[in-house]
Amino acid sequence: MNRQIVKLFGLIVVLFAVLVGFTSYWSVFDAEALKEKTANKRPLLEQQQIERGKILAADGTTIARSVAKGEGEGLRYVRRYPEGALYGHPIGYSFVQEGDSEFERSHDDELIGEESEFVSLLDELRGQTQEGNDVVTNLDPEGQRAALSGLEAAGFGAVVAIEPSTGRVRVMASNPPYDPNRVPSELNELNRNLTERPLYDRATQGQYPPGSTFKVVTAAAGLGSGTIDLESTIEAPATIDVQGQPLANSDGASYGAIPLEAALTGSVNTWFAQLGEQVGSDTLFEYMDRFGFGSTPAIDLPDDQVYRSGVFEGRDLLGRGDPVDVARIAIGQERLAVTALQMAQVAAAVANGGTLMKPQIWNRVVDPDGRVTERLDPAVYSEPMEEETAAALTDAMEGVVSEGTGTNAAISGVSVAGKTGTAETPFNESCGETDANQAWFIGFAPADDPQVAIAVTVECTPSFGGEIAAPIFREVAEALLNDE
Amino acid sequence: MRSARNRELIALVPVALLLSAGFAAVFAQEETRLGDLSLVYGAYFLAVCFAAHVYLRLRLPNADPYLFPLVALLTAFGLVMVYRIDPDLARDQANWFVLGLVLFALTIHFLRDYDVLERYRYTIAGAGLLLLLAPRLPGIGQQVNGAYLGVKVGPLAFQPAEFSKICIVIFLASYLREHREVLIVGARRVLGVTLPPLKHLGPLLVVWGASMFMLVFIRDLGSSLMFFAAFLALLYVATARFSFVVIGMGMFSLGAWFFASTVPHVHDRIQTWLDPYQDPTDSGYQILQSIFAQADGGLFGKGFGQALITIPGTDAPLLPAAQTDTIYSLIVNEVGLFGACAVVLTYLLFAARGFKIALLADDGFSKLLATGLTAVFAIQAFVIIGGVTRVIPLTGVTLPFVSYGGSSIVANFVLLALLLLISDRARREAAAAARTGGLAVESA
Repeated sequence: MNRQIVKLFGLIVVLFAVLVGFTSYWSVFDAEALKEKTANKRPLLEQQQIERGKILAADGTTIARSVAKGEGEGLRYVRRYPEGALYGHPIGYSFVQEGDSEFERSHDDELIGEESEFVSLLDELRGQTQEGNDVVTNLDPEGQRAALSGLEAAGFGAVVAIEPSTGRVRVMASNPPYDPNRVPSELNELNRNLTERPLYDRATQGQYPPGSTFKVVTAAAGLGSGTIDLESTIEAPATIDVQGQPLANSDGASYGAIPLEAALTGSVNTWFAQLGEQVGSDTLFEYMDRFGFGSTPAIDLPDDQVYRSGVFEGRDLLGRGDPVDVARIAIGQERLAVTALQMAQVAAAVANGGTLMKPQIWNRVVDPDGRVTERLDPAVYSEPMEEETAAALTDAMEGVVSEGTGTNAAISGVSVAGKTGTAETPFNESCGETDANQAWFIGFAPADDPQVAIAVTVECTPSFGGEIAAPIFREVAEALLNDE
Repeated sequence: MRSARNRELIALVPVALLLSAGFAAVFAQEETRLGDLSLVYGAYFLAVCFAAHVYLRLRLPNADPYLFPLVALLTAFGLVMVYRIDPDLARDQANWFVLGLVLFALTIHFLRDYDVLERYRYTIAGAGLLLLLAPRLPGIGQQVNGAYLGVKVGPLAFQPAEFSKICIVIFLASYLREHREVLIVGARRVLGVTLPPLKHLGPLLVVWGASMFMLVFIRDLGSSLMFFAAFLALLYVATARFSFVVIGMGMFSLGAWFFASTVPHVHDRIQTWLDPYQDPTDSGYQILQSIFAQADGGLFGKGFGQALITIPGTDAPLLPAAQTDTIYSLIVNEVGLFGACAVVLTYLLFAARGFKIALLADDGFSKLLATGLTAVFAIQAFVIIGGVTRVIPLTGVTLPFVSYGGSSIVANFVLLALLLLISDRARREAAAAARTGGLAVESA
């Protein structure tokens, strides 16, 4: 019988190995997938027991904090947003039932104090419970307030302000805003409100035609590729024929042979359309890529909540080799769709001498003992152009504000460089027939030592960029420069 | 053979350390909720273990030195887990542990000559079946979660299946000892398959019938599976005929399939096993939460006292039956895959020692009894761990020595006593033979 007993033991060993196999599968190999299951409320319930860290504005204002409810085993924390709608975008929300969004989601690990399993094992041995860290942002309350109130007077739209030398995002506003405190009770209403779409962050998800602001990119490509220099002139009649369709200057005027600076100051369509054709679509796409078009912006927000900018065919992005009307892309038309964040990056790259920094909302992580455990280390995203090119563009953009279409952006005592844009959006059904413009202003100040680069866009407006977006630029820039 | 008991004593040291560390960890974690009584519990537990050790020293000096420490380890671990769920439950559990040890001592005292069991095998078998039937008897039977598992007489409630399994194993060991030769010799080949002689098959069919009966009338799928697997294991060891096992499995599958398609309770259990996401908030809730709890444990677990058992702020269970059925999932959650592997390994070591006793034993009855007891113990662990890890459908049997439950603890201590009795005799005889015949004898 002994042989059978040994075999029986062998069978038991096999059965127990199966148990270990299944346990490993559930606890380790399939664990991440199981945590994502909707039937699994455990991760959320556990998170709720951790005091999530605060989110703070640059000046220390509390944007989000957690308050305790219940006690003992029933203790849990609920999120509160003392500033209400002011930071609804880009901070987002975090609740057990409704989930999370935007900054709250992308910085979840820091906020709940998530650590590697090894570190948390050490903490466990030392008897430490998991605690959330505070995250301090670069957001400036005055700038944010100026942006939102400016937009509220102007219409739906967005403002993004970046510090060019570091990529610190100082303002990110989307109008209409929403109050994250209302999410637990009104998420469905907020989602169903299709006229306002308040949960939609127009700064990072609103894809709009850029209009003439895109001429900055075209100019950078022209100068950078050597197609033109500052002295080169192009004959700019009132109308030219492009692919069988007339392309006209917005003021209907004929400019003769003029150089870049005059063309940018007057926002001359026929001049830039010809420059676009001279540069060619491949080179233009190459420069667009350098500015970050075609990629998800490298900002610290969830990838699926930040949209790309570029030339779209339906939902597909076009690129080199695709058949496009390069002359109309050069003046910001065709199928170009861009975000305010992307245009702010264009302005920031010019402002920073041609070097584009990664835009970042967070500034530092502070642990529960008040120690700074991580600090933003500004990183270069790309170098879209040479320093001389950037300097030349800055001069030209200063002309726009001092004597061109952007005079409403001028700040007394500070030199401002900028570019207006007004795209017609006749196909946008959510706008009325008379309010069919997408108004833009991008720029930076002070022009000789840029502290802020800003993009402002207003949707569905009867006004031009210089009329409605430029003043918001001025208000936000003043608020930020005064705060320095 | 003093050295065996010394090894046992030394093996109890890590148990003591683990227990103290465990209680201290739970205490440190839940200081606000629990008194410093937790540390007193630990001391009591060790004192009782030591008393049992001294008793074994006196009565069974030759018995296997590792089984008792392994059981003490499991019990200590179980106590810490149950204590962490509810200190009141842990107090009950500790009382049952003491009661279990008393029955352990009584078994050793009165069944020193355990051959006597053979004489009463039909009485024992009858008692075993009666115990199984008891939950369906009016007046004393109790229904728990759709299964008739419990009996309540006055203040005393227990689960008779836990005791019944020992009775059935004793009967089978005895019956097969006597009939194994006729079963082998009388076997005929029909259509290339070796069939056992029908005349001697009767009692075995009774076991099959009892399993089916449990499946349908008591609705205890887990015990049914456990009994039948133990039966097949013994049949195989006794006859060395793998074909008998195949036939037995065929019969069981046929019966199980028939009842799965006709009895809603059995059918639902199997459906839930195959697709728990079908009804994640009701029938699939327990198994899904069991798996989610494991997913949350990872390699090292969240630490003693860290797992969520109820939904915070309510009494609604997040891990249903955490102190009984799903205690293994709680273990994975709190001490991780590594801790769970240690538990599985402990059961495996128990099985290894149990089968070792069977190998050393001299006579057929001892061999078969040790095999049967070990097999039924190991299979019980497999059925419940397999259930909560979705290897097999989840059924309500206890995790031996770890789960909360008096019947389980007490019955398994009787099982342990029987194994140690067999071991003591086998090793004593082996040692005697070594002295007289000069044969080399394994020391362990």
